[in-house]
Amino acid sequence: MVENRKFASLRLGGKKSIPLVILFLMIIFTFRYMNVYGVQRFPRPEFESVYVQPETLQPAGRSEILEIVDVFVLVIALALVTWLVVKKRSRNGVFFASLLSLSYFGFYREGCICSIGAIQNVTLAFADGSYLLPITVIFFFILPLIFTLFFGRTFCAGVCPFGAIQDLVSLKPQKLGPRLNTVLGLVPYFYLGSAIVYAATRTDFIICRYDPFVGIFRFDASFGMFIFAGTLLISGIFIARPYCRFLCPYGVLLNWISRFSWKHITITPTTCIQCRLCEDSCPYDAIDMPVTGKNPENRSTTIRKLMIICFMVPFFTLLGGWTGSQLHETLAGVSGKVRLARTLLVPGKAANEPESLEISAFKASGKPVSQVFTEASEMLKQFYMAGWILGCFLGLVFGITLASRMVTTYRTDYTPNKGTCFSCTRCVDYCPVKKNDATF
Amino acid sequence: MEEPENNSKINRRKFITTGVKASVLIGIGGVAVLVATKSSTGQTVWQLDPAKCTQCGRCATSCVLTPSAVKCVHVYAMCGYCDLCGGYFKPETRTLTTAAENQLCPTNALKRKFVEDPFFEYTIDEDLCIGCGKCVKGCGSFGNGSLQLQVRHNRCVNCNQCSIARNCPADAYSRVPAGEPYLLHHIAEAKKINTATTPRR
Repeated sequence: MVENRKFASLRLGGKKSIPLVILFLMIIFTFRYMNVYGVQRFPRPEFESVYVQPETLQPAGRSEILEIVDVFVLVIALALVTWLVVKKRSRNGVFFASLLSLSYFGFYREGCICSIGAIQNVTLAFADGSYLLPITVIFFFILPLIFTLFFGRTFCAGVCPFGAIQDLVSLKPQKLGPRLNTVLGLVPYFYLGSAIVYAATRTDFIICRYDPFVGIFRFDASFGMFIFAGTLLISGIFIARPYCRFLCPYGVLLNWISRFSWKHITITPTTCIQCRLCEDSCPYDAIDMPVTGKNPENRSTTIRKLMIICFMVPFFTLLGGWTGSQLHETLAGVSGKVRLARTLLVPGKAANEPESLEISAFKASGKPVSQVFTEASEMLKQFYMAGWILGCFLGLVFGITLASRMVTTYRTDYTPNKGTCFSCTRCVDYCPVKKNDATF
Repeated sequence: MEEPENNSKINRRKFITTGVKASVLIGIGGVAVLVATKSSTGQTVWQLDPAKCTQCGRCATSCVLTPSAVKCVHVYAMCGYCDLCGGYFKPETRTLTTAAENQLCPTNALKRKFVEDPFFEYTIDEDLCIGCGKCVKGCGSFGNGSLQLQVRHNRCVNCNQCSIARNCPADAYSRVPAGEPYLLHHIAEAKKINTATTPRR
């Protein structure tokens, strides 16, 4: 109404007013297409009656003291589980401790804050100078690593809620065999590498995005994630801890650190009597059988193997790097900037097709198209580098895995594989040797 | 660890493993120190900037929570208390009544209450609000823009990476200090914009 009157008055003003009309139309259009926000078009009324204006409530989030409580709970849980594993060697104790952790970190904290996801925050802190890493995240990232270096993967045994929920359902664990274990064991490296690439390029946090159990902890999951979690839990009845063994990216770090652990759990408290009772006790295929070396390899075989390894590892590293760099455009497809640039590049869209939300938001922002393309090409360059690094890393891992299959390690006793053992202490119960027994 | 036999062999191996252990420890410590220099004692939370928001409607669907932690928030200080509220009524509404077919809000979360002629107060029932932003768009296009979308921190679970932020086409989400978790634009700022740009009286 007001606008109409204005139009009329302007028209009466004659030709002089044409620029004014254009200006006015421009203003109208800017209001229409710009972010029309915070423009006080209608003044606040002066109320005659007694009217108390309600206050705009701004409820606060979770108190920061509670975040520190989380760290304390983590320290206590780590210490408790480590004590139960290394000192008490009690399976029941570890089991009940893991239930406590599941209820606190899982169902109470709803799976967030977690050490697995913290990898991405730490990466982002290195890649993005403006991102300030909350101190609690550092503790969640570092503390399990330190405990693992001293005592093995006790974090996996009873602190991580993911491990705990999978441990609950592993009722009929089957042996997978070394070959399948090795092949599936490569997946976490791929997951870790991609997670670091996407966090470092500030694209996405894929560990959190494809976190299967958070939906369970919150009783609120998208359909896809619910199916994923259901598959993991149901397959987890027969394949113990499928996420921990064949997906968990944090497990990769723990695996490597645990190999150098100072006081890792042992199956027997004193001396192994070769009774073979523990042989089938491990649901995770993490017990290394004795390799007594009745037929030691001769020198020429060993040299040939060494030469193959020395050639193979760099070859796979370079091959992986090259493949990764060739795939950088696919990798970059996850980035929103790259996707927007691609959509803008594709000309001639059907007229009746509604434009995507991204395009209309981009138009509303008033950013020049050239800026989008510059940003996207920057992104592609980053992904080219990242593709090389990721590919090299995966190639190296593949090469080393093959090499380790070629090398025979001799051992006399049944020992937990320090890398893959979750310190769950199941095997301990099977060992007939007790600490107070006389040595055999 | 304690294998008594074959001492000479174990000693070399022990030496190497101790060395590796020490270097791993130093490595972890180094990472910890490096990371600590980039850290802050304060927490951050996710919030969206209403100035960048295009009310695309994804806040309602992208949140990990159902219903979304994003709600429409009414900055009363900016409201014009209009009878013909662009946030409350559908554009084609003929009679200004609270009949369901007139309402823009799909869940009846925006309540209209008579104050005095010709002013009406609008309040939001946050339990009903799904954060679709329809009213925000209406208020921003035809009114003062006193309705603004915000992440409500009593509901938000503060995910590591906000799933709405990932889907936001306007890039309106960012991590903000937990001490000042809201990015509402208030009357003071609105007045400033008003005097600077308003072309009509």
